[in-house]
Amino acid sequence: MKNIFAIAGNEARRIFVSPLAWAVLGIVQLIVGIVFVLSLLDYARFSEQAGDSFGVSDYIGGSVFGFSVIVLLLVMPLMTMRLFAEERKSGSLTLLFSAPVSLTEIVLGKFLGLLAFVFAVLALLALMPLSLVPATHLDLGRIVAGLLGLFLLMSAFGAAGLFVSSLTREPTIAAVGSFGLLLVIWLMNMLAFNDSIPFTSVFSYLSLIGHFESLRRGIFSSADAIYYILFTALFLWLTVQRLDMERN
Amino acid sequence: MDSEILIEARGLTRRYGPTTAVSDLNLMLRKGEILGLLGPNGAGKSTTMKMLTGNLAPSAGEAFIKGLSLHDAPTEAKKHLGYLPEQPPVYPELTVDEYLRYCAGLHGIAKKDRADAVEQAKRSCSLNEVSGRLIGNLSKGFQQRVGLAQAIIHRPPVIVLDEPTVGLDPIQIREIRALIVELGKSHSVILSSHILPEIQAVCSRVMIINRGRAVYDQPVIATRNAKMESLTITLKRPPALDALNRIVGIAGVEDIGAGRFRLSLAGGNDPREVIVDAAVNNNWGLIELSPEVKTLEEIFVELTSGDEQERKAA
Repeated sequence: MKNIFAIAGNEARRIFVSPLAWAVLGIVQLIVGIVFVLSLLDYARFSEQAGDSFGVSDYIGGSVFGFSVIVLLLVMPLMTMRLFAEERKSGSLTLLFSAPVSLTEIVLGKFLGLLAFVFAVLALLALMPLSLVPATHLDLGRIVAGLLGLFLLMSAFGAAGLFVSSLTREPTIAAVGSFGLLLVIWLMNMLAFNDSIPFTSVFSYLSLIGHFESLRRGIFSSADAIYYILFTALFLWLTVQRLDMERN
Repeated sequence: MDSEILIEARGLTRRYGPTTAVSDLNLMLRKGEILGLLGPNGAGKSTTMKMLTGNLAPSAGEAFIKGLSLHDAPTEAKKHLGYLPEQPPVYPELTVDEYLRYCAGLHGIAKKDRADAVEQAKRSCSLNEVSGRLIGNLSKGFQQRVGLAQAIIHRPPVIVLDEPTVGLDPIQIREIRALIVELGKSHSVILSSHILPEIQAVCSRVMIINRGRAVYDQPVIATRNAKMESLTITLKRPPALDALNRIVGIAGVEDIGAGRFRLSLAGGNDPREVIVDAAVNNNWGLIELSPEVKTLEEIFVELTSGDEQERKAA
């Protein structure tokens, strides 16, 4: 456990001393901020016609978080690409492999380090809807459900990216690879809309994005949470297996 | 010779697909020994070191650190291990202090002792002046020293160094050698190098690896003394060859002109004293007596040169 935190601490430090993390945080904030302002203007224009049933939390939270998913799908592979690929390339992975730590500890440590970045993204995203608190009445439960959904989704993205990063020694290949992998899992949802394909319900169930929808709308279903947790655990386990193979 | 065995390798073999990088290598290192691994490029030195440090699983055979199997108890075994690979495993975006503190934690040094461990490692590798600088901005020599500091920060009983003096200037090389000798007193060190004088200066034992096989494994002392195979003497008033031939311990005499003779020695004898006595008694006028010792370099060349291998294979 101590080792996991040592590795996680170092990983987080290395993420935040690199300009990449700050550039990513800045750009995500800028893009999502534009969407936030636009949807705020939209809401202000249409709210009179829509009446009371149309809540600001739903509209703003929904559009901001929904759009964030697309941005994060693009961005998470950039954050995960370095985790193993770069270390392998520069030879520093040897440090971890010859230290008295297990492969599981290495993988969990790296993943926890990445979560520090995830929390930074979430905190910055949360600021946008929360900035409305003094002005209006927000349904905080909805916002929290949305943030929780984003957290679970980013964990899943991160675990998949970590796995792809452990496959190669080129960070760019890791980025492209994990982006491709995430997109394919995402697209399974599209297959589900095509009735000519058998087992559509299976595809729709496996899709990453389907499970986010309900959370975004403020419905916390444990099935969705468990889906993401299993997805994350699966890829972390695959990463451990992959690292074990590397020594053989 | 009853001191503790710190590293043991039995029948270590590593295959990469069809090529065998290391084959059936046995190795045993006791406390206080410094073993030098020598070998031409691609002989399997680094592969051997990777297997001894648990970075690579052997295809066959097993390695033990302090009696702990790297296969069955890897984390326990690795606690007693410090390893500097060919490329120093450093993070360029961290400062020397940050990096060493992390390494100390990774190697299980308790929080309160970490600052001391970092200080000591920095002092050993003369890194104090660069403590606050980013590793990525340091020269290759400093990065190498940071890598070395990382390997010794937890004072492990077993230290494995893959070409530790590459990229260093002559003064740094001397410092690092002195440090290795110092470490060798209380730890076991394995180091690889291409530089023969370095091995001779630092190591107490030499192992020569060629094409994945250990072809030579002897104490360094043996390369200095025991390999005396012939003597060259120069006499002002040389006697008949017979008179030289009769001296005990001499197997053959060859006249190489100008009063010089090459005496080949019968296995293991050291007839130098006898020769001097005979020369004095018979008034031969001995002005030169030099043993022809097989140097490490000659041993190395003999064992690793291509024709030698082909002859063996044929």
